[in-house]
Amino acid sequence: MIASWQAPLSSGKSSEELLVSYDEGRERRVLILPALFDEANKLRRLTVQVMRQLDLSGVDSFLPDMPGVNESLAPLSSQTLMGWRSQVNAAAKNVSATHFLSIRAGALMAPSDLPGWHYAPQTGAKVLRAMIRARTIAAREDGREESSEQLLETGRRDGLTLAGWTIGGEMFRELETAEPIAAGAAATIAQKELGGAGLWLRAEPDEDDAQAAALANIVAGQGTET
Amino acid sequence: MSTQPATGESSAEHETADQKSGLPMSRVALDSELKSIIADVLGVDADEADALNADSGLFGHMPELDSMAVAGLLTEMEDRLDIVIEDDDVDGEMLETYGGLLAFAEGKLSEA
Repeated sequence: MIASWQAPLSSGKSSEELLVSYDEGRERRVLILPALFDEANKLRRLTVQVMRQLDLSGVDSFLPDMPGVNESLAPLSSQTLMGWRSQVNAAAKNVSATHFLSIRAGALMAPSDLPGWHYAPQTGAKVLRAMIRARTIAAREDGREESSEQLLETGRRDGLTLAGWTIGGEMFRELETAEPIAAGAAATIAQKELGGAGLWLRAEPDEDDAQAAALANIVAGQGTET
Repeated sequence: MSTQPATGESSAEHETADQKSGLPMSRVALDSELKSIIADVLGVDADEADALNADSGLFGHMPELDSMAVAGLLTEMEDRLDIVIEDDDVDGEMLETYGGLLAFAEGKLSEA
């Protein structure tokens, strides 16, 4: 179901954001924290496939947009990781989540007080590194030279547009040191547990029934105490 | 990755390379790991990637390999081959053909 939720802003106001949910008031309610930036596009279909599979396994799930991404009208350039973290906590309360499932860099904003799973978690530094590298390669194709070092400096100071995502200076600095949040009883799900290769590696967004089913099976299973 | 140091391949070149640097990865193992990474990026199966040869064109030849996909490819190579790829390493020659990429990876591994 497509609905919306109110993401609290630091100004005290709130921003109306998209919420995709499978909600039948069941016992296990999983908040989904999607991959970020370029990987968000590549993994969106897999993410919703997992939610469908969870629904079939009798598990509710909720995928909230954070301000600045996907359908949001808020500008990405003014968002911060700290802001997203507190909005994730608000979303968790809002939907009465019992668990979370983070996907790739979604792990950087995991709620601090819920058990859950990190699927193939990624550090913020690596997220930046891949996108900066794409930018230097594209520049070279254009016959221009851009160095990673210069781009890092610019990013820290003024923010940077990477792979079409306008990342503000504060978010950029936060990402450089951000690690997956190892809160509560968070278990890590490695790519090899799903079989096949990570879909974030693909040039084009794709889907994979078998991987989605494997991931949903783990989340619908016996809990996080493994 | 096979732990067997390419016993089927007895070319003197492999042996010297392995003995000289004590590399854990033979050329044959590197070739197959690199093809497996490319297969993952292109979303093709192992057989198709296996058909790559030294002259097979990559960046600029395959429409799937845009700058973002190449960046992902290089990042995955860093993770799976345990190497660090600098800006200056990335040039047209290294990315243009499969042979160029393999030679680059081999060079990086022998530096370690």
